[in-house]
Amino acid sequence: MASWTILFIMGHIRDLFRRRYTPDRKGYAPIRQDYEDFYTRRMFYRIHDCWNRPICSAPDSHIDVMERTPVNGQKPLTLTGRVRRCLNLGSYNYLGFAASDEYCTPRVLETMNSYGWAMCSSRLDAGTTPVHMELETAVAEFVGKEAALTFGMGFATNSIVLPALVGKGGLIISDSLNHASIVAGARGSGAKVKVFAHNDVDHLESVLWKAIAEGQPRMRRPWKKILIVVEGVYSMEGEAAKLAAIVAVKRKYKAYLYLDEAHSIGALGKGGRGACEAQGVDPADVDIMMGTFTKSFGSCGGYIAGDRDLIAYLRSVAPGHYYATSMAPPAAQQIISALQVIRGDDGTDRGARKIAALHENSNYFRQRLQEMGCNVLGDWDSPVMPLMLFNPGKIAATSRLCWERGVALVVVGFPATPLLTARARICISASHTRKDLDYALEVLSEACDLVMTKYHASKKMLTNGAHVMVNGH
Amino acid sequence: MPIPLSTTLLFAILLVAAAASPQGSHIKQYPSTVPVEHARNATHLQGLMQLLPHTMLEVVSRAKVLLGTAAENATPVGLLQAVRDFWDLLKPGGKLHPTYIIEHQGHLVFEVVLTVVIAYLLFQRSYKPSAKQEKPLTEKEMDELCAEWQPEPLCGPLTDAQRNFEPPVISSAAGAYVVANGKKALNMVSFNFLGVAGDISIKEAARATINKYGVGSCGPRGFYGTIDVHLDLEERLARFMGTEESIIYSYDLATIPSVLPAFANAKDLIVCDEGVSFPIQNGCHLSRASIRRFRHNDMADLERVLQEVDVEYRRLRKPLNRRFIVVEGIYLHSGDLAPLADIYRLKEKYKYRLVVDESLALGVLGEHGRGACEHWGLRAGDAEIVSASIGNALGSVGGFCAGDREIVDHQRLSGLGYCFSASLPPFLATAAIGALDVLESDAPRLLPALAFNARLLRSRLADIPGVEVEGTPRDAVSPVAHVRLAEQPDAPDQAQVLLQRVVDAALKRGGVLFTVHRMSPLDRVRSAPSIRVVVTAMHTEKDVLKAVAALTAGVKEVCKVSRVATRSSYMTLGGT
Repeated sequence: MASWTILFIMGHIRDLFRRRYTPDRKGYAPIRQDYEDFYTRRMFYRIHDCWNRPICSAPDSHIDVMERTPVNGQKPLTLTGRVRRCLNLGSYNYLGFAASDEYCTPRVLETMNSYGWAMCSSRLDAGTTPVHMELETAVAEFVGKEAALTFGMGFATNSIVLPALVGKGGLIISDSLNHASIVAGARGSGAKVKVFAHNDVDHLESVLWKAIAEGQPRMRRPWKKILIVVEGVYSMEGEAAKLAAIVAVKRKYKAYLYLDEAHSIGALGKGGRGACEAQGVDPADVDIMMGTFTKSFGSCGGYIAGDRDLIAYLRSVAPGHYYATSMAPPAAQQIISALQVIRGDDGTDRGARKIAALHENSNYFRQRLQEMGCNVLGDWDSPVMPLMLFNPGKIAATSRLCWERGVALVVVGFPATPLLTARARICISASHTRKDLDYALEVLSEACDLVMTKYHASKKMLTNGAHVMVNGH
Repeated sequence: MPIPLSTTLLFAILLVAAAASPQGSHIKQYPSTVPVEHARNATHLQGLMQLLPHTMLEVVSRAKVLLGTAAENATPVGLLQAVRDFWDLLKPGGKLHPTYIIEHQGHLVFEVVLTVVIAYLLFQRSYKPSAKQEKPLTEKEMDELCAEWQPEPLCGPLTDAQRNFEPPVISSAAGAYVVANGKKALNMVSFNFLGVAGDISIKEAARATINKYGVGSCGPRGFYGTIDVHLDLEERLARFMGTEESIIYSYDLATIPSVLPAFANAKDLIVCDEGVSFPIQNGCHLSRASIRRFRHNDMADLERVLQEVDVEYRRLRKPLNRRFIVVEGIYLHSGDLAPLADIYRLKEKYKYRLVVDESLALGVLGEHGRGACEHWGLRAGDAEIVSASIGNALGSVGGFCAGDREIVDHQRLSGLGYCFSASLPPFLATAAIGALDVLESDAPRLLPALAFNARLLRSRLADIPGVEVEGTPRDAVSPVAHVRLAEQPDAPDQAQVLLQRVVDAALKRGGVLFTVHRMSPLDRVRSAPSIRVVVTAMHTEKDVLKAVAALTAGVKEVCKVSRVATRSSYMTLGGT
């Protein structure tokens, strides 16, 4: 923390001189305000080799990471031409569909032969192919809803659909750690947004109770509708929403529930059907099921699933359906094929084995990390494992140590997380072998020793303190 | 205890008044009868103590005399005398005149009284209407309110037309001819301007990419989602656009809504055309900047807005903020061109930054196909921020933004759709690179062919009776033409229904695929419904004529039908 404070002070001193010596275009305000990119200039550029590392292979269990020149001021890093084979703990390749697949890839290529790779038109005009229709039917069936609608990007699915569902006079109650796309969608909707403490159902209830009783601010009219937005698995926490309790609250107060399954679809539940299956909640109790195809299915895009009427309504409202280029048919085919494998429609039990392997790998890795004394967040079975570093100064050290030992690790700091809860995020895949995991654990253990992040190691002394830190962040 | 604002104000006013009053110089000119020296020699308080009884006694005795005289001689003369005597006391110089009283330290009496009043007010309880009138809700009441509350249904009402509309299903690649609803049809819908979305060499490259990298990238750019082909595409796009750098987004609808909020915030100003497409509207909204709109393509109105802003900022002395003019190269909603040469002149004059969305103009306008900026003679960098979809002429999916390193680099941490979304599937990046290859090598052949087709299409469409084409002669090179009914029906949705029938008829009998340009209810723009006709470089002259013929026949058929329908509805009305 001291290092960070020094950087902060030095940065501001340097900024004083920077302002003096870099004249702006006359009559124009600077395009980047000092306070906006202070973090970028003074903090991020010192350690920006930890992010945006380019790769030149499929994002499978191992990746070829392209080496770059060391950090040199604010100059862009250039490629050295060398490539390092790394164990991949970063990609959202939960079920291992990222690489070329014996079942999916031939079908994808076949689709590209018949429909090309892009329709150059929106879904409403001439961008709907039989592949899109098949995909929507398959997704609806898989998540247990009547109908589904797909978009070409997961982020945009949230940011486009939320404004179509709730508008002025409505209320969105959002988990405090919801993804940026939900925040963007909520902000774009014009509805009032209230936030409840992360995964705290009691707080959700009290927010809801108070909001309904008080009605709209100033106008005092009752809300038109209230939408609770939660995520199946929170991408930076690895925890699942407490669905059963949330459903009970939502029913009691007649609110609607929007579940973002970006990280849980395909990954949670015995059949990979997401958070509902894993927690034994009837999908009928969730009004809007959203998810993305980027993670478990190894493709791109997102879906919204719900009642037939709801989907028909969204088709007639959602701008993504009107204006965006429709999803690439090969990408859509990849999802259909992956779904078939997961459901066992390919005639093998490969899908079931993948899901079982994912859970087994995740639980093994999580348990070993905990035994090592690392502070790991998240639930069992969840393939997302935040390994807490807390101190922002430890971000670069952890990342570089792992990179030198051939492990590609994702580290996250401010602004994606609060300043003092920097973390490394590990994503486990079904394609990792036990040997891979053991190697990763060995490297992580060494790295954690060096940067001293085994916060639970001296448990006897720290039991209470550490728990406070885990729960109180 | 909180002091109410009104009391404080009153206190302040009174203090000022009290402090100012004895110094009034005009007071001194009146003669006085009271021994002034005596009062001056004493301290203020002593003077006051001595003066008060003196003045009061005199006033009281005078009043008694007056009243007595008035009562004794209740005659008009007596009354008149009484009034005169009273006036003597009251007039300037009289002992009841405020000046006299103040002159003789009488203001101290006022000051004491006022101080007492103020002290009284200060120690009053502050007045809170809500505290007295409304008690907070009890838990029981809140529970009741919660039980009473009934939400609106999650989805709004749907018209039958909305519910029943099924877009055509295309079961072929997006070439000049497609298989629409199982039937081969001439494609006048796809924005595949250069015909790259079926190119064999590109397909081979995309196939190789899928074999090597799989389909998805499984991560955002920051977290091992940057694949070498992304870097290649960014470099190629930057080189093509003549800018320092470029940045790719994985969805066209997320590009501008990420770019604008990265640079504009609540303190900044965006001036945009009224007819801009949804992504720009969304971007403006998400940025929270203050937004001014000018009439579509009306340069006089743009200058008026810029001038108004200028005057307002000078008057209010607002600090210099970032100001942007946002326009589209070719407007999606009307198919016409933004007059960028004029806009550039204005933006330089008033010191704005120019943001151009080249989604429909990239690969279409300009000698090299760089878009509207090139078409209007702007150099690279004249428009500070240029963004475009790569889903149209480049025949892929996604979008990009090109500009100086400063502009692009900032988006890599601040562009929401860039940071928080998985990157573009690598094979789509390869496809876009292939399209750039085609554009760079074949531009001298493809672009004139496209411009020729556009001119031909627009001139022929203008000849169809019963409809008109949006745009002026300067828009002749735009390959996107909006065809509207010349006479709009009275019923609001009727035009769209009629046009849909024209489109259906053209597909069924003419074998040509058109589309009605539909707008999302969330879109701000509300223009009369139109059929959007898109011509590409792949179309032959014969194709264009065929399309025009099919549209003519469709319009003729449907407008006749509608006239009959109108008449029959009149007859029904008359019958009942």
